[in-house]
Amino acid sequence: MIEAHLRLQRRDFRLDVALALPSRGVTALFGPSGCGKTTVLRALAGLERASGRIALDDEVWQDDATGCFVPTHRRPLGYVIQEAALFPHLDVRGNLDYGRSRAVSESSRVPLDAIIELLGIGHLQARRAATLSGGERQRVAIARALATGARLLLMDEPLAALDAARKAEILPYLERLHRELAMPVVYVTHSMDEVARLADHLVLMREGRVVAAGALADLMARTDLPLSRLDDAGVVIVAEVAEHDELHGMTRIEFNGTSMWVGPSTSLRGEQVRARVLARDVSVTRQRPTETSILNVLPVRLDSIERDQSTALLRLHASAAVGSGGWTLLARITTRSLDALELRPGDELHAQIKGVALM
Amino acid sequence: MSTDAWTAIRLTAALATLTTLLLLIVGTPVAWWLARTHSRLKPVWSAVVAMPIVLPPSVLGFYLLLLMGPHGPVGQFTQWLGIGRLPFTFGGLVVASVLYSMPFVVQPLQQAFEAIPERLLEAASTLRASPWDRFVSVALPLARPGFVTASVLGFAHTVGEFGVVLMVGGNIPGQTRVLSVAIYDHVEAGEFSEAHRLSAGMVVFALVVLVTLYVVNRPPRDDAERAR
Repeated sequence: MIEAHLRLQRRDFRLDVALALPSRGVTALFGPSGCGKTTVLRALAGLERASGRIALDDEVWQDDATGCFVPTHRRPLGYVIQEAALFPHLDVRGNLDYGRSRAVSESSRVPLDAIIELLGIGHLQARRAATLSGGERQRVAIARALATGARLLLMDEPLAALDAARKAEILPYLERLHRELAMPVVYVTHSMDEVARLADHLVLMREGRVVAAGALADLMARTDLPLSRLDDAGVVIVAEVAEHDELHGMTRIEFNGTSMWVGPSTSLRGEQVRARVLARDVSVTRQRPTETSILNVLPVRLDSIERDQSTALLRLHASAAVGSGGWTLLARITTRSLDALELRPGDELHAQIKGVALM
Repeated sequence: MSTDAWTAIRLTAALATLTTLLLLIVGTPVAWWLARTHSRLKPVWSAVVAMPIVLPPSVLGFYLLLLMGPHGPVGQFTQWLGIGRLPFTFGGLVVASVLYSMPFVVQPLQQAFEAIPERLLEAASTLRASPWDRFVSVALPLARPGFVTASVLGFAHTVGEFGVVLMVGGNIPGQTRVLSVAIYDHVEAGEFSEAHRLSAGMVVFALVVLVTLYVVNRPPRDDAERAR
């Protein structure tokens, strides 16, 4: 458990957050620029001095009540920033060794070979930082941070400086990291796509405060948060691959008793995949549609309606099989349709899902 | 060349070398502090360090004479230490040269330190490097061109000083009679051929030093993106 209570007052900015982050998985700090998410990360690292208390499990890093402040170089953490910050006077191997030779203790040293293999940078070792591509540089920076034997990995918009192609190149490595390392990661981003692909937990920030915090799936399915007003609002599910339709190039996934057809996946049967169902891709009908081109139609119950000027966000509960628990999805429809269909909470409907994005 | 000339050359080289070494030792922490501090006194200290550029050497020499003289605080201190008085000795010349050439060493170092992106030092601290470790393993190697410039300028500027030497050191062969003073002496005495030999030597020396400096500090091609 990472606990932090941080306060900071600057001329036109006030930070006041209390965080309790799980010690497993990826926690995304998400919010618009200027909301203080980078400041929180820097304070966790000790690069910025906020007042309050920071503790990783039973290890206190800062406690103003006792005057304790552990300097950055004594905190067992790894830190990766947007610009990678590789040392230009060292080659890749030298950069990796810089981190490893200063590792917390002999026993906490992660085998460097495993890290190099994990991030696919073996062939780069003799190269200088200046000759690497943006994506390569970032992979080296992550490897260097891991080589210190860190117990917590802090990442500040590691993909923000990269173009779409480079992002696509590096995201699989981050997903691999996520799967193979038990280390907790705090990941600052303003990209919903990165959140959906990588995060397990989400902390929503706004103007120096925490708006909401919790499991990613729970927060994404809420209609009362700023998230739901984003154009790409929608839920994230972690489903299991059930079958492949080679002829049509599609894959069937199962999730909490419901099943959906999605685009082709390279994952094997039984493997877990992340998928996103965007609110704008979901529509509802009162009668079960027949002879429709939409492949995924789920019986749902309308939980709640959040309406604004021209659109309304519906929170729908899907449960195909009795006793399967079901799951929540969102649908964005026009208020005109909402009034025409006279929708009320509790109505039994059918959700037509136009697209499910595998990630 | 006469043995007198060789004595002057040897003395000049010894003075410049010792001054440069002392300045690197003293100037590095000063430059590091000036490059990193957010203190409100920074402009004041920057000005103090830069003063010898603006002041006539005779002003500096005059006050050094007063300070190091028998009634000056420095003079009393050196007498108390048993070193004796510094004016008109090699030791006095070294002290004067260190002060006089200070900006030529501190400023290139300061610029080199300021050019190091803060994020590289922060990265080093997240990689568990202590402040001293960061300085040695990141700041020093990255400021290498600054050290080359500082050493060359410090050395060359000490070789080229005249006014302060004359004020503080006088003209004692083998003690304080450096090249610039020797040349002045020859000219005064009408020994133009001697003066020519030494002066032409200085011109060649200056040219060689500066060309070397510009060649050494030319950024290598693959480091062109180093700041990224």
